[in-house]
Amino acid sequence: MKTTRFQQRDLVWGILVLLLAVLPLIPGVIGNSFRAHVLIMVLLYASMAQSWNIVSGYAGQTSFGHSVFFGIGAYGAGMAVVTYGLTPWPGFLVGALLAAVVAVLISWPCFRLSGHYFAIATFAIVEIFNRLFMVWDWVGGALGLDYPILTDGWKNFVWSQTKVGFYYGALALFILIFGIVRWIETHRLGYYLRAVREGQETAESLGVNSTAVKLAAMAFSAFLAALCGGFFVQYNYRVDPPMVMSLEMSMKFVLITILGGLGNFWGPLLGAMILIPLQEYTRAYLTVLGSGVDLIIFGLIIVLMMIKQPGGIMGIVTDFGARRRRAGARPDTGV
Amino acid sequence: MDIFAQVMIDGLLTGMLYALVAAGLSLIWGVMDVIHFAHGEFLMVAMYLSFWLGFVGGIDPVISWMASGVFLFILGALTYRLVISHCIGKSAMPPLLATFGLSLFLKNFCMNRFSPNFRILQDTLLGGKTIMLGSITIGLPQLVTGVFSVTMLFALYYLIKKTRLGWAIQATAMDREAAELMGIHTDRIYLLVFGLGGACVGIAGGLMTSYLAVHPEVGGLFGLIAFLIVALGGFGSVPGALAAALIIGMVEALAGFYIAPVFKYVAVFMLYLVVVMVRPKGLFGW
Repeated sequence: MKTTRFQQRDLVWGILVLLLAVLPLIPGVIGNSFRAHVLIMVLLYASMAQSWNIVSGYAGQTSFGHSVFFGIGAYGAGMAVVTYGLTPWPGFLVGALLAAVVAVLISWPCFRLSGHYFAIATFAIVEIFNRLFMVWDWVGGALGLDYPILTDGWKNFVWSQTKVGFYYGALALFILIFGIVRWIETHRLGYYLRAVREGQETAESLGVNSTAVKLAAMAFSAFLAALCGGFFVQYNYRVDPPMVMSLEMSMKFVLITILGGLGNFWGPLLGAMILIPLQEYTRAYLTVLGSGVDLIIFGLIIVLMMIKQPGGIMGIVTDFGARRRRAGARPDTGV
Repeated sequence: MDIFAQVMIDGLLTGMLYALVAAGLSLIWGVMDVIHFAHGEFLMVAMYLSFWLGFVGGIDPVISWMASGVFLFILGALTYRLVISHCIGKSAMPPLLATFGLSLFLKNFCMNRFSPNFRILQDTLLGGKTIMLGSITIGLPQLVTGVFSVTMLFALYYLIKKTRLGWAIQATAMDREAAELMGIHTDRIYLLVFGLGGACVGIAGGLMTSYLAVHPEVGGLFGLIAFLIVALGGFGSVPGALAAALIIGMVEALAGFYIAPVFKYVAVFMLYLVVVMVRPKGLFGW
C-alpha cells in the first residue's frame, strides 16, 4: 500500500485536471457566460466541501462552523481591497492565516465536547460571528463592503469582461485543495486522522496525539476554506455578513460533501457537480414561480436523498462495486 | 432597582415560552437521539396557522392554539413516518440533514406563498393589555403565554414520569432493543414522541401570535435557542429544559438592556460556550 505512490486514481485525477484546463480553449463551452458561472461555482463549492472534508470526513469531527472561516477569508480579501486599497493577494494570505488561528483557538476547547455538544457549539460560533460582524463598523457592519471599479487581471484578481480569468482562478483553487487532500490522504497525517475517526482511544493507545492531529486538520481545513472565501468575495465584488457567515453557508459545506460521499476523495466533487448546477439552474429558470422555488426543490431533494441513499453518491458506487465483486467471486468463498 | 426587576420579569416570561419550545426538542432528542433541525420551522408553521385562523376565521389565539397543537402533532407524526423512520439508524447525520432539507422546504414554501412580510394579528383578546404590579408593567399576552407554557410543561412531565405510556417512552429512550423485547412498539413510541414534540411547538406558536409577528424567518432563531436550551439542560430532561430556558431568557433580557439590543443573542451563545467548556454535558447532564 505505502509503496505504490502512483495509483490509478492519480491518473484519473491528472486527466480530469487536464480536461478542465483546456475547456476554455474549446470555443462555445465557456462562451456562454451562465454556463461559465455554473462551472466556476461547481469548482468553488467542490473545493469548499473538500476543505471541510479534511476535518469532518477524514477526522470525523462534524463542524457546522466552516462559514466562519470562509467569512474570515472573504473579509480578508474584501478589506485588503476596499478598506486598504491594496490588491487582494495579501488579504488572501492574511485572511487564511487568521482563519487557521481562529479555528485552532475555537476548536481547542470545543474538541473536548462530544457529538451533539460539539455540533451545537459550532452553530453558536457561527451566530456569534455573524452578529458581531453585523455591528462591527471596522469591517463594514451590516452594509458590508462594496468593491470599487478595478482594472481587470491577475493583479487585482477581477475580470469584468469574460469569466475565463475567474474560471482559471477557481481551477487553481480546486487543484490546490484537492492536491493537498490527496497528499494528506497518502501521508502520515491522513492515517492519523482516520485512526482518530475510527477510534480515538485506540489511536491514542498507539501513540497518536489525537488533539494535535485534530487541531492540525482543523487548521488546514480553515486555511483552505478561507482561501475559497477570498475567491468568493472577488467573484461577487462585495461581501456582507449574511452572505458568508451564516448557517445556510455552513450547511452547504456539509451537504455537498455528504451528498457526494463523506471522507472520500471524490465525494465533494460529485456532490458539487449535482447540487450546484441544480441550484443555479432552478434559480435561473424557476423564478417565474415566485421567490424561493429553487430552495423548495433543493430542500426536497435533500430529504429524498437522505431517505433513499444516506451514504451519498459514493455509497451507490461502492454498493455497486461490492455487488460486482461478489458476483465475480467463487460462490463458496466466505467473506 | 425597578428597572432591573422589570427586565428580569420580561426575561423570565420569554424564558417560560422558550421552555415549551425547547421541551419538544428535548423529548425528540432525548428519546430518539435525532437533531430535529426543522423544529423552528414547525414553530413558524404553527404561527402561520394561528395567524390565518385569526385573520380569516376570526378565531382568537387563546382558542386556536388547540388547533395548531393538533395540526403540529399530525405534522410531526407524518414527518416521522415519511422521513425520519427511513433514515434513523447508526449515524446522526442523515436525520439531521433530512430535517434541514425539510426546514429549507417549509421556510421557502411560506416565503413563496405568504411573502417575506411581517404579519401580526390586530385586536386579539389579549393584545396590548397590561397589568401593573407596583411600578412594574407586565404584558398580559406574555404572562398568559408564559404561564400556560409552563403548565403544559408540567403536563408533559407528568405524562413522562407517571403514566405507563411515559414509562414506555423512558424505556425506549434508555435502550430501544430491550424495550422492544419487553413488548413495547418502539416505532409507535417514536411516532408519538415526534408528534408530541410537534404539539409542543404547535401550542407555543399558536399562543405567540397574540403578541408576536409571524414571518418566514421567525423559526430560525427560536430553533437555534431551543438547541442551546436542550444542550444546556441535558438531553431528554424536561426540568433541565425549564431551568435552562429561564436562565437563557433572563440572560437575553439583561444583555439586551444593559449592553445593547444587538448583543442579547451574542450573550446567550457565549453563555452556552462558557457553560459547556466547564460542564461538557450541560448544566444538568451527567
